[in-house]
Amino acid sequence: MCQVGEDDHELLQRAEVPGVSKKCVKCKEATAAVVIRAGDAFCRGCFKEYFIHKFRAMLGKNRVLFPGEKVLLAVSGGPSSCSMLAQVQEGLRQNAHKKLRFLPGIVFIDEGGAVGQSLEDRRRMAAELQAVFKATGFPFLVVPLEQVLDLPSSVVAAAPAPSERAAGVYKKAVGRFIQRDGGGRQAPLEREETPLADVPECRTLLLQQLVGSAKTLTAREDLLNTLRQHLLVHTARTEGYSKVMLGDSCTRLAVKLLTSISLGRGAQLAQDTGFSDSRYGDIVLVRPMRDYSAKEIAYYNRMFSVPSVFIPGLDTKTRDKSSIQRLTESFVTKLQADFPSTVSAIYRTSEKLQTACTSSSSADHGDRCLLCMCALDTAAENASAFKATLISEQLSQKKPPGAPSAAVPEPAPLEPESAAATGQCCSSGGGEDCGKAAGGGGCCSSAREPESSDLRRLLCYSCQLTIRDMSSVDRLPVYILSEAQRRLRRSQMREQIGEFLLDQGDEGDQRMT
Amino acid sequence: MPILCSNCIDKRAVLKRPKTGHSLCKECFFWAFEEEVHQTIVAAKLFKHGEIVGIAASGGKDSTVLAHLMKLLNERYNYGLELMLLSVDEGISGYRDDSLETVKRNQQQYELPLKIVSYEELYGWTMDAIVKQVGLKNNCTFCGVFRRQALDRGAIMLKVDKICTGHNADDVAETVLMNVLRGDIARLRRCTAISTASEGEGVVPRCKPLKYAYEKEIVLYAYFKKLDYFSTECIYSPNAYRGYARTFLKDLESVRPSSIMDIVHSGENLSVREGVKMPVQGTCNQCGYISSQALCKSCVLLEGLNRGLPKLGIGKHHRLHDKILSKQPLTEKEERKLKAVHF
Repeated sequence: MCQVGEDDHELLQRAEVPGVSKKCVKCKEATAAVVIRAGDAFCRGCFKEYFIHKFRAMLGKNRVLFPGEKVLLAVSGGPSSCSMLAQVQEGLRQNAHKKLRFLPGIVFIDEGGAVGQSLEDRRRMAAELQAVFKATGFPFLVVPLEQVLDLPSSVVAAAPAPSERAAGVYKKAVGRFIQRDGGGRQAPLEREETPLADVPECRTLLLQQLVGSAKTLTAREDLLNTLRQHLLVHTARTEGYSKVMLGDSCTRLAVKLLTSISLGRGAQLAQDTGFSDSRYGDIVLVRPMRDYSAKEIAYYNRMFSVPSVFIPGLDTKTRDKSSIQRLTESFVTKLQADFPSTVSAIYRTSEKLQTACTSSSSADHGDRCLLCMCALDTAAENASAFKATLISEQLSQKKPPGAPSAAVPEPAPLEPESAAATGQCCSSGGGEDCGKAAGGGGCCSSAREPESSDLRRLLCYSCQLTIRDMSSVDRLPVYILSEAQRRLRRSQMREQIGEFLLDQGDEGDQRMT
Repeated sequence: MPILCSNCIDKRAVLKRPKTGHSLCKECFFWAFEEEVHQTIVAAKLFKHGEIVGIAASGGKDSTVLAHLMKLLNERYNYGLELMLLSVDEGISGYRDDSLETVKRNQQQYELPLKIVSYEELYGWTMDAIVKQVGLKNNCTFCGVFRRQALDRGAIMLKVDKICTGHNADDVAETVLMNVLRGDIARLRRCTAISTASEGEGVVPRCKPLKYAYEKEIVLYAYFKKLDYFSTECIYSPNAYRGYARTFLKDLESVRPSSIMDIVHSGENLSVREGVKMPVQGTCNQCGYISSQALCKSCVLLEGLNRGLPKLGIGKHHRLHDKILSKQPLTEKEERKLKAVHF
C-alpha cells in the first residue's frame, strides 16, 4: 500500500489461503506445487516453463548475445549462479525450443585466501564445484584470487569499445548462423586445471595483507568486489571471451542498489545494477538472472535438484551492523517480509536509471575512476554535496602556515596542501590532533610511491571513501599503483602544457604501450 | 592530556563533529557550522538582495536553528533580506499546541513578525478529526499534503517572495531512500534539489538552506547556543513508512558517519533514462493550485474526507476524478473499497 502506482485491491479483500488441492493457475489441471506470489500457484511443469521462459526472454529482449559468441559464466557456487549455469545448460540442449546459440565457458574465482579459509577447505570446495562443472561439459577454469596481484595494468586502462552494432545487425547475424551451423555443434574442449595446490603461501599472505589494510568491513568488501571484477575481466580477455555473465538475482540487485546509494555511487547505479555493464569497453558484463527473486531460485533449485556449493564470504556470520552491505541486506530482507513488493519496487526503479554519461565511449582515461572504471563524479560544482564535504573538511582544520590567515568571517580558499594533509589524518577517524596539518604533511610530490592523497584525484566519490578507510595504499597490487603513477604523470604534463593545447579533449590519443 | 581543538589548536575541544569526526571547541564549531550554511546559501544563490523571506517555523529544532541562523547571517553578511516567521497549526492536541508556544517565544526572541495558518480555517478539518476517520496508517499523507498547501497559502497571505524550510541532510537522505523503496522515480529526481521551481502563480519557491547540515550537528548547535525548542515526536508518526527509512539511516550513520552525505551525493547524481514517463505540471480544475492531475491531491483528499470515503486519496483512482468533478455519485462497489478498514 505504500507503493506509487499500485492498486491495493488485494489488501481490501480477504486473503485467500491456498488449499491443499488447489489447481495451478496457468494450466488449471495439475495440482499446484509452489506459490510464488500471493495469488500465483503453479504446478511443477508450469513453474519450470515459467522459469526457463524468463531466462530466454531476458536474453532475447536485450539482444546482446550474438550467436557463436564466447560467453564466460562467472559461477560463485551460490544458488543464483548455479541456477544460471543450469539454465544455460538447458538452453543449449540440442532439442530445446529456440535453443541458445553462444559458446559458454565457466570460471570460478576462489576467494578463500582473502576470507581466511584453510587450504584444505579451499581444496574441498573447489573439488565439489569442479565435479559440478565437469557434469555440464563446458570448459571451466578455477582461478585463485591471488592471481590478481599479477595482473597487467591494461586491466584498469580503458579499452576501446567494439564499434556500436546497429539493431538490424543482430537479426542478420542470427540468420547467417542458422544457415551455416544449424545442426551440429562441435564438442567443447576439456580444460583441466589443477586445483589450488599451486598457490604459494606467500601470495596468500600478500593478499590477506592487502585486504587487511582496509580497516572497515565495508571498505574490505568493496575492495574485494573491485579485485574480483578486475580478475574476471582479465580472465575473459586472455581466454578470448567477449561477454561475462554474472548471476545476480533480483533480491541481490535490490540490496546492491541500496548499498550503492549508501556508498555514494549514485552516478554509477545503472552500471552496477543494470542488465549490461560496458564500462570495460571490450568486455561486457551481463546479468541475465536479474528478474528472478531469490525465492524463485531457491524453489527451482530444490525442485529440480540444481547442485550448488556454499562458499563463505567476508561477511558470513557477522552481525547486522558490521558493514553497510550487511546492514542493507538485513534491512531489505526484513522489509520484504512486511511489504512483499519492496524488492520489485526497487527493481523497477533500477530499470529506469541510466548512466549519467558525458561522452561514454570516447572518455579519456583521465575521466575514469582508477578502481571501478566508471566515469568520475567528483566535479565539485558549486552547490553540491561533494563541495559541501570539502568545505566541511577545510573548516574543521587548522590552515597550514603560509596560507592566507583567515580573518573571520572570510573563508580561506581551498588549499591543496591542507586537503592533502587531511588524507592521512582523517582516515584515523578523528579525535586526534592533526599535528601533521601544521607541518604540511609528508606528501610532497617528490615521493615516489603515490600516497592516498594523490590517488584521491583519480578516484570517483565512493572509491575515495574506500581508499580513505585504508591504512596505507602501498599494499595495493602493482598494476593499480603503476597505472596511478602513469595517470598522475600525464596530468602533470597536461598542466604544464595546458595553455598550448588547442583541443580540450584527447580524442586522438590512444593507449600508451 | 586534554584534546585540543583541531582548528584553533588553542582551546580545549568540547565536542566531536559528527560530520567529519574532528574535535572542536565551541567557538570554532559555531563558526564552522554557520560558515557552512552561509557557503550553501551563497553557492546555490538562494536569495536575492531585498527579498522578503518566510521561515517555515514549527517550533522544532530545525526551524528554531534555521530562524536563528537566518537572522544571524542576514546581519553578518548583509543579505538584505526581510525575514518573517510562518507557522502551520495542524490541530494535533498535545503536540502542535505546545510547539506553537515555542514559535511564539521565538517570535519575541528574534523580533520577527509571525503568521499562523491552521488546517481548521483552511480546510475545515483538524488532524485529530482526520485520524479518527482515516485510522493510524495513512494519516501522514493527509498531513503532508495539507501542510504544503497551507504553507503556500500562508506565504501568499504574507506576500513573501520565498519560503525557507528547515530540512536537513538527514531529511534529504531519508527522502532519497524512501523514494527508492517506493519506486517513485519522479520524486527521486526532484527531491535533492535545494530549491523548487520558481515559475507559476500560486506557487512560492521554497529552499532548504540547511540541506548539508547533519541533524546531530543541528542539535549540538542548539544545545551549545542554548536555543529554545520543542523536542517531541508527533504522536502519530510511529506508523509512518518513513520510520523504516529513518531507522535504516540511523544504522547506516553508526556504521559510517559520512553515509548521510554519500546518500545526498548519490541522489544528486542520479540520472533517469529518457523515455520514462514523468508527470507534467498543470493546475487543479477545482482550486487552481499546481497539480499534475486534473484534481490536486488535497482536493481529492478533502473530497474523500467530506464524503466519508477516506481512502479516496490513497492509491490510484484516476478514473474517479472525473466522477468527483462532475459530482456524480459513486457506485456501491467503489464506495465499499474507499471506506476505511476498521478492525
